[in-house]
Amino acid sequence: MLRFIVRRLVQMVGVLIVLSLLLFLWLRSLPGGTVSAILGERATPASRAAMEAQFGLDQPVWVQYAKFVGRVLQGNFGPSTAVLPGRDALDIFLQRLPATIELSLFALAIAVALGIPLGYFAARRKETFLDNASVVGSLIGVAVPVFFLGFLLQRVFAIELGWLPVSGRQSTGLDATRITGFFVLDGILTREWDAAWDSFKHLILPAVTLATIPFAVVFRITRASVLEVLDEDYIRTAESKGLTARIIRGRHILRNAMLPVTTTIGLQVGALLAGAVLTETVFGFAGVGDALATAFRLRDYAVLQVLILAAAGIYVIVNLLVDIMYAVIDPRVRTR
Amino acid sequence: MNPSPMDPRPSAKKDRIDSLAETSGRGGTATAVKDVHVGAAGKVKDTGGVSLIASAWARLRRNPVFLLGLAITVVFVLLALFAPLLAPNDPTKRMPELLEDLSRSTNPVPGPEAGFPLGSDDFGRDLLSRLIVGARQTLIVGVFATLFGLAGGIILGTLAGAFGGWVDSLVMRIVDVMLSVPSLLLAVSIAALAPRPSQWTVIIAIAVVQVPIFARLLRGSMLAQRASDHVLAARALGVKQSSIVFRHMLPNSLGPVIVQSTLVLATSIIDAAALSFLGLGNPDDRQPEWGQMLGASQQWIRDYPHLAFYPAACIIVVALGFTLMGESLREALDPKSRR
Repeated sequence: MLRFIVRRLVQMVGVLIVLSLLLFLWLRSLPGGTVSAILGERATPASRAAMEAQFGLDQPVWVQYAKFVGRVLQGNFGPSTAVLPGRDALDIFLQRLPATIELSLFALAIAVALGIPLGYFAARRKETFLDNASVVGSLIGVAVPVFFLGFLLQRVFAIELGWLPVSGRQSTGLDATRITGFFVLDGILTREWDAAWDSFKHLILPAVTLATIPFAVVFRITRASVLEVLDEDYIRTAESKGLTARIIRGRHILRNAMLPVTTTIGLQVGALLAGAVLTETVFGFAGVGDALATAFRLRDYAVLQVLILAAAGIYVIVNLLVDIMYAVIDPRVRTR
Repeated sequence: MNPSPMDPRPSAKKDRIDSLAETSGRGGTATAVKDVHVGAAGKVKDTGGVSLIASAWARLRRNPVFLLGLAITVVFVLLALFAPLLAPNDPTKRMPELLEDLSRSTNPVPGPEAGFPLGSDDFGRDLLSRLIVGARQTLIVGVFATLFGLAGGIILGTLAGAFGGWVDSLVMRIVDVMLSVPSLLLAVSIAALAPRPSQWTVIIAIAVVQVPIFARLLRGSMLAQRASDHVLAARALGVKQSSIVFRHMLPNSLGPVIVQSTLVLATSIIDAAALSFLGLGNPDDRQPEWGQMLGASQQWIRDYPHLAFYPAACIIVVALGFTLMGESLREALDPKSRR
């Protein structure tokens, strides 16, 4: 088990090193590059040269890369140029992170709470109306562009019906105390119930939007996995032994079918990160995804570096944790 | 965004792609399953084999889900092919009839009127014609993004699957790194590299994201082929390595890759819309494309939501068509489901 973890850790470090190299090359090949981005149209050859020297751009490429890695390891990405001009890029990321985590966890909870039961029932009633309808429904969910679904929900439930807030994380009039940066949790901790409830209402529409793709995946995997387990000999054995339906369902079907489902849930992090870019933009939800979209639009390279590296890093680490968890649950994986 | 969100066989993303390759690789086009009946006298009666493709087709023909997907796809392709003939007006021309009603202050987007059933866009052009002609550009984006992704994946996957050893390790490490960046993020990063975004930068950005998936899929089924009897037989007969790879292994490994292509057609159309939405799409609106129209409509969405609804509906229907087709193809080609 330990050897498995060590091997995967070494692999992960390798991936991260290559990623940092790619990110460095990527930043260098962006149109205009850092100097033009800062100086803009006003650049003269002299001011360009001065700035290139200031950023060390006149040095050999490998020296630049070494310096880049050094800065990354120290968490020094420089100040933001456009998202929040002057603020440290890493600060912006850390300040935005709780919003995205809060949103993603809520979306994941919706996806799991709906996807697993629905997947189970669809499999038990294979090829009935319920099954077909939910399969086609999940496929439609995947076919709808995420940001369009966001607009649609926003229009119907916020603008037309007025049931939920249109955008943001909290109503502007509220003067809520901040402790953790997770607004709902903050409200509960400080017993400011109105603030917690207000933040919760702001979460609903973005979370539902963000949940569609993870929901479709969890649903389909649960369904396929339950179908596979239902075919196994041990289910027939359990039935012929005369075990009650409840025990068969809990101990034989669900326990085995949940193996692949648990890992899939972990792997939704990538989909959530990508979806957050679109969802947060639609709902003006001040999280990491919104910052990323803004940074791309305004070419804020300092912020882009942090966000891309962090997104890839989180994704790689979660993947590693999922692999380890899977090896813990299913011993067959370790030997591979 | 997820390359293959509908995959029924999980575990890690990479293993998921690999296991997909196995299921269909095992069947391949060369295998035939025989129905063997044992007669009364104990004699084995051979009723002849049914090839995987024949049996898959027999089941697909009766599958309503597949037929629906096929029908949508056929209509879409016909629309794209004959778009210039079908469009009532020039999609790039500002129509004088619509311009009469268009004024920036009072009515920036004229509604439906005689001759213009869907009304105007925000520039006085016929929305219906733009949608019809947009089908062609959308198909071009989908097909080329898929083809480029497929080509890259086939090159990398064949290298890895055919040579094995250090070539395999090297190629697979590259693939791992590409898979470690969430797909939309990768597409956006690549699109941002273009000094001037155009339709082709969009296509390339979407295609690159698909390369690692195709590569891993193909490598998986090539590895399964390498160990199979007919490749062993060819090697024993002294067939050249190159013809073993290109005539014996590659054609038999393409099944899962083709299924994946159908699904990628859907995701690339949706991805193109997402890129447009984030401001990295094709800015040239003389070539209307549904994703671009949907992305551009966001500035009007509060007051004129129909500008978003029509292109969005087109994207959803077409993406659904490709997905339904791909999913039922996968199920039909899976030897496990042949019961």
